[in-house]
Amino acid sequence: MFLEQLINGVTQGSIYAIVALGYTLVFGVLDIINMAHGEIFMFGSFVGLLVVTKAGAPLPVAFLAAIASAAAMGLLLERIALRPLRTRRGASHLASMISTIGVSILLENVAHKLFGAGNHLFETSFAEISFQIGSVTVYLVQVVILLISLVLMAGLALWLSRSRSGKALRATAENLETAGLLGVNTNRMITATVVIASAMGGVAGVLVGMAFSYINNQMGLSMGLKGLAIIIFGGMGSVYGAMAGGLILGLSETFMVAYGSSGYRDAIAFVLIIAILLLKPQGLFGQATAEARR
Amino acid sequence: MKRNVRLFSVVACALFAFVFMGAEKARKAAQPKAAPVQAKIGVISIITGQGAAYGEAITNGIKLARDEVNAKGEVKIDLKIEDSTGKAEQALSAAQKLINSEKVVAIIGPTLSTEMKVVGPEANASGVPIMGTSNTAAGITQIGKFVFRNSMPESQAIPASIGAAVKKYNIKKVALLYGNDDVFTKSGFDTMKAVTEKMKLKILTIEQFQKGQADYKAQLTKIASMKPDAVFCSALYNEGGVILSQARKMGLKVPFVGGNGFNSPKVIEIAKDAAEGLIVATPWFGDKKDPKVQSFVAKYEKAYGKKPDQFAAQAYDAYYIMTNALKAAGTADRAKLRNSLAATKNFQGVLGKFSFDAERDVVMDPSVLIVKGGKFAILN
Repeated sequence: MFLEQLINGVTQGSIYAIVALGYTLVFGVLDIINMAHGEIFMFGSFVGLLVVTKAGAPLPVAFLAAIASAAAMGLLLERIALRPLRTRRGASHLASMISTIGVSILLENVAHKLFGAGNHLFETSFAEISFQIGSVTVYLVQVVILLISLVLMAGLALWLSRSRSGKALRATAENLETAGLLGVNTNRMITATVVIASAMGGVAGVLVGMAFSYINNQMGLSMGLKGLAIIIFGGMGSVYGAMAGGLILGLSETFMVAYGSSGYRDAIAFVLIIAILLLKPQGLFGQATAEARR
Repeated sequence: MKRNVRLFSVVACALFAFVFMGAEKARKAAQPKAAPVQAKIGVISIITGQGAAYGEAITNGIKLARDEVNAKGEVKIDLKIEDSTGKAEQALSAAQKLINSEKVVAIIGPTLSTEMKVVGPEANASGVPIMGTSNTAAGITQIGKFVFRNSMPESQAIPASIGAAVKKYNIKKVALLYGNDDVFTKSGFDTMKAVTEKMKLKILTIEQFQKGQADYKAQLTKIASMKPDAVFCSALYNEGGVILSQARKMGLKVPFVGGNGFNSPKVIEIAKDAAEGLIVATPWFGDKKDPKVQSFVAKYEKAYGKKPDQFAAQAYDAYYIMTNALKAAGTADRAKLRNSLAATKNFQGVLGKFSFDAERDVVMDPSVLIVKGGKFAILN
């Protein structure tokens, strides 16, 4: 049973990690917690579902459609809910968080109207492919999810640390005005960040559908809350922190159920987070220089 | 100032006079004049907001029964339907309006047990018979001697389904699984556990989950590794369907016995083939080969364009039980109606043979169903 539960935990953790990567990217640049991220992820999932079941298209097309629609929603989110507040003087950081909360409520209800309440079956033949290792059944989806999360993490880390646009992004994160004076198109950098983060949400949405076979219009909220907890735990704005935090939360939840009591699943996971934050308040991979950035 | 007081007293007198006149008029109207018993019956249900689907089924069932009964001409009922929006305080003000202004002879509803816990004492204190058609929690009719229900409590349904499953599959050791953050699924689990212990079955493990969870694999992997003969699961159909699907996918093929929350065709819609082997007990079975049931289903489908569910059927029967009692009482008197309601025995409705016990609770045999070939069928 240990190996099976390990696989369950890693799958769950990888999905948490991809959701958290989207949060951490936006937070790292904008210092904004994008509360609508969970709902964009949910929408991406539904678009993927429609493409697979209604249009009968193959899975890669579903991924592309989910990424495209989530990215478009990210673009709209930035234009409508974030940029107007950024250009206004005296608007506090909280204002943009509230406006993203508004967007999240809107999206959840639009999804309710469009797709209906309750669970929807996400059926793909790809999700049925499995193979045996010893006595353990492993689904190919589970491997793919882990690989995608690792690739996304590595790609993001490389992009931020090595590429020219990654450097511009970090400059924007460091100081918006100075970066602008030095010739960085900060508006474009910020838009790109939100769009990329949302696109990753779309990927996560389809992966969740494949892994658990069901999606509903409320899953953005629960997934979003977990994602938030993970970026605090892993270190705000840290790519590796999001990955490690996601895996730790997924594994601790699963093993709590396996060897402890399932009623305390969330409790133990969050007690663990609090304990680590007490020892390392900036999170696992967080830099201690949070204030110095401003 | 003095004049104000005088003015006030005059206005108050006038108002009171109107109120008393109104009451007198209502009483006269309620007096039996000729053969048909005339009465106003109040209905409290969820018409808007979350849970409006239940209210729709309930009021549809009642309206269908009203049209049939009124057409017969023995009793003439004026229905007053009020919206509770699923909130106890709203249900209470609706009840007060029905009792005091509309002067109804009885109330059918409210929809939720939590609403009944608030409305029941009010109706009881006012001496108005009230009958729940969808309240399944414990302690409903114990509120007082004017409180009735015709919806089978889980404490009767679950022993029937577990008993039938144990007999059929020779079940010795079981795993229990339930949602721990919902009053309804929690109380269903409490009953399941009590029944399991009483039948001396071995409980291998008790697992819990939370509402809206997407992934039950950790719990199910653990349950599968213990090799139970059956899983007793108290969940609402939304979570229940997903649990069944994930369980079958990982190779847990044993029978599942579900509580009341599982008892919906939606489970099959969600879980598809994975729903095969799910066992539930229900007072309502629409495919029963009983002409009464078949004609009700046909009439309902014709009127509303869909098949009646448990809530519509229970409301339909409740209306007949109420008007039969009214006929027996011969007059629209609250106390007399209460006594003739309590005397209801062996009423033959679409749910089957129905009686009230000494505590005005349900005496009825549920049907035990199993999902077979994509639909519910009688387990035998």
